[in-house]
Amino acid sequence: MSEHSTSVGFYVMIFIILLLLTATTVGAAFINLGPLNPVIALGIATTKALLVVLFFMHVKGASEKMIQVVIMMGIFFLLLLLGLALADYGTRLWS
Amino acid sequence: MATATLPVTERENYLNKEYGIRSWLFTIDHKRIALLYLLSVTFFFFIGGLFALLIRLELLTPAGDLVQADTYNKLFTMHGMVMVFFFLIPVVPATLGNFLVPIMIGAKDLAFPRINLMSWYLYVIGGILIMHCMLTGGVDTGWTFYTPYSTAFTNTKIIEAGLAVFVAGFSSIFTGLNFIVTVHRMRAPGMTWGRLPLFIWANYATSIIMILGTPVVAITIILVAAERLFHLGIFDPKLGGDPLLFQHLFWFYSHPAVYIMILPSMGIISEIITCFSRKRIFGYKFVALSSVAIAVLGFLVWAHHMFVAGMSVYAALIFSFLSYMVAVPSAIKVFNWTATMYKGSISYTTPMLYAFGFLGLFTIGGLTGLFLASLGIDVHVTDTYFVVAHFHYIMVGGVLMGYLGGMHFWWPKISGRMYPEGWGRLAALIVFIGFNLTFFPQFILGYVGMPRRYWQYSPEFQVLNVLSTAGSTILGVGYLLPMIYFLWSMRYGKQAPDNPWNAAGLEWKTSSPPTTFNFDETPVVDFEAYDYENIKDTDDDGGAH
Repeated sequence: MSEHSTSVGFYVMIFIILLLLTATTVGAAFINLGPLNPVIALGIATTKALLVVLFFMHVKGASEKMIQVVIMMGIFFLLLLLGLALADYGTRLWS
Repeated sequence: MATATLPVTERENYLNKEYGIRSWLFTIDHKRIALLYLLSVTFFFFIGGLFALLIRLELLTPAGDLVQADTYNKLFTMHGMVMVFFFLIPVVPATLGNFLVPIMIGAKDLAFPRINLMSWYLYVIGGILIMHCMLTGGVDTGWTFYTPYSTAFTNTKIIEAGLAVFVAGFSSIFTGLNFIVTVHRMRAPGMTWGRLPLFIWANYATSIIMILGTPVVAITIILVAAERLFHLGIFDPKLGGDPLLFQHLFWFYSHPAVYIMILPSMGIISEIITCFSRKRIFGYKFVALSSVAIAVLGFLVWAHHMFVAGMSVYAALIFSFLSYMVAVPSAIKVFNWTATMYKGSISYTTPMLYAFGFLGLFTIGGLTGLFLASLGIDVHVTDTYFVVAHFHYIMVGGVLMGYLGGMHFWWPKISGRMYPEGWGRLAALIVFIGFNLTFFPQFILGYVGMPRRYWQYSPEFQVLNVLSTAGSTILGVGYLLPMIYFLWSMRYGKQAPDNPWNAAGLEWKTSSPPTTFNFDETPVVDFEAYDYENIKDTDDDGGAH
């Protein structure tokens, strides 16, 4: 694990960034951007999730292969959920 | 006198090392936690069984004469919730799994003993919540919480029941996490992945599902609560939501949850069949990896629960195909167990009788699952008793037969006492007969059109319903018997030797019951799993290698 990620100040900084991003999500909800609304909301949510996984869960800098395998599995199963559910939503109107 | 020859009462073991309620409630010994779980899941089994009995009594006659329609809705809902979340999901991993996973791999305990205890406490908190929910009105949505009924219409205790399931879900996440880390990090020297007992492989695969699937159902429950409390439009079409989204999310967990239930029982069956056929398992790698394959493929099939719910026909085709795929690793197991028995020296002990029962009932349950995976037949039998019969053949015929087989197989190790073999065989027979009498008629009922979840039915369905109710009472007796003689055996049973079945596996090389840290010295494994060809038949103290 790299040195900088263990200091308390670093975690506080990540925490503040997360709060700011939450505020951005709330703020963006008041602006009508049409089809961009979900794109922005999901983009912010993904960024936040990345921050949590990389820093709070110590994935960034982790050298163990096993951690990478576990993370990849999580992402793989999330893609399964999204992909197969979208197989329904994407084709529902065809019939 | 050598320790191994001292009577059970004199030898120090995990049961007599400490006494008193505190020594149990604050224990971090995986074996004691397993027993805490055993008591808790047995309690919920009988609560769930009581609801089942009331359901069957109501269905004895075509008229709705025993309970009101609303009460009936609550009965089948609470039966499902208690049985699925508080019995079937934890029953094997948290009891036999907790007890055996460390011993079978030659470890002193699980990797995180305190998290293990915490998992039991979470289970108990969830259990108290569900009991409170039941006693103060209950829920009537079915165990599936389908929206928009659950979020917009019902006045029953959705949030509390959801919270109970949410909390209990975390207990199973903790168990899964503990098993995965333990199997990776704490195997004894020589216990390679290729030598792991198949019960371990099965629990490992189960743990993957627990960790990957359970958070999804937890999030789904939060979304139901958010829509119900704050009217956020997620599932309710009136608010811009999609009810099928709930079903996608719910079944993403709840279909793999069936494999959380059945996989550990499959692991038990592998142990029992090899032992009582005195043969090495046929195709070790295939049986082991089929558990992992079931765990992964099990995540790809969920929408077969939704074929008639209005989902895309094209997606339904994909899910139908994928559902057929999951039958392949299940069939590999059944064929390999059968091949293991071929030319084996089979003994008809109680655990083996349960294993036979499992093979037959799981096969029927699995094959009728293929009926339901095919789109045309599914349209005909969706929401009928055919479905009820199918999943009970898997969950009761499969999971419970495996669990009871395992309980009998390892009871000498757990308690240090033998159960009465004659009574054991009789109970196994009663369970098998009672089970088939209860659930086989339901296949026919469903096929001829009796819908599920109604408290009244057309008179022409009565004969089969009477058979089913009669069967359920026989089944009830079959379940009560082991509980009685297991309790009896704790005091009066014959003392169990360390290896009463002359079985392979590290758990049989330690004392019965084991000491707190399982082994006096860390065992070194220099033999393959199920090396029955090299175990002498007369050897009764732990397999001569």
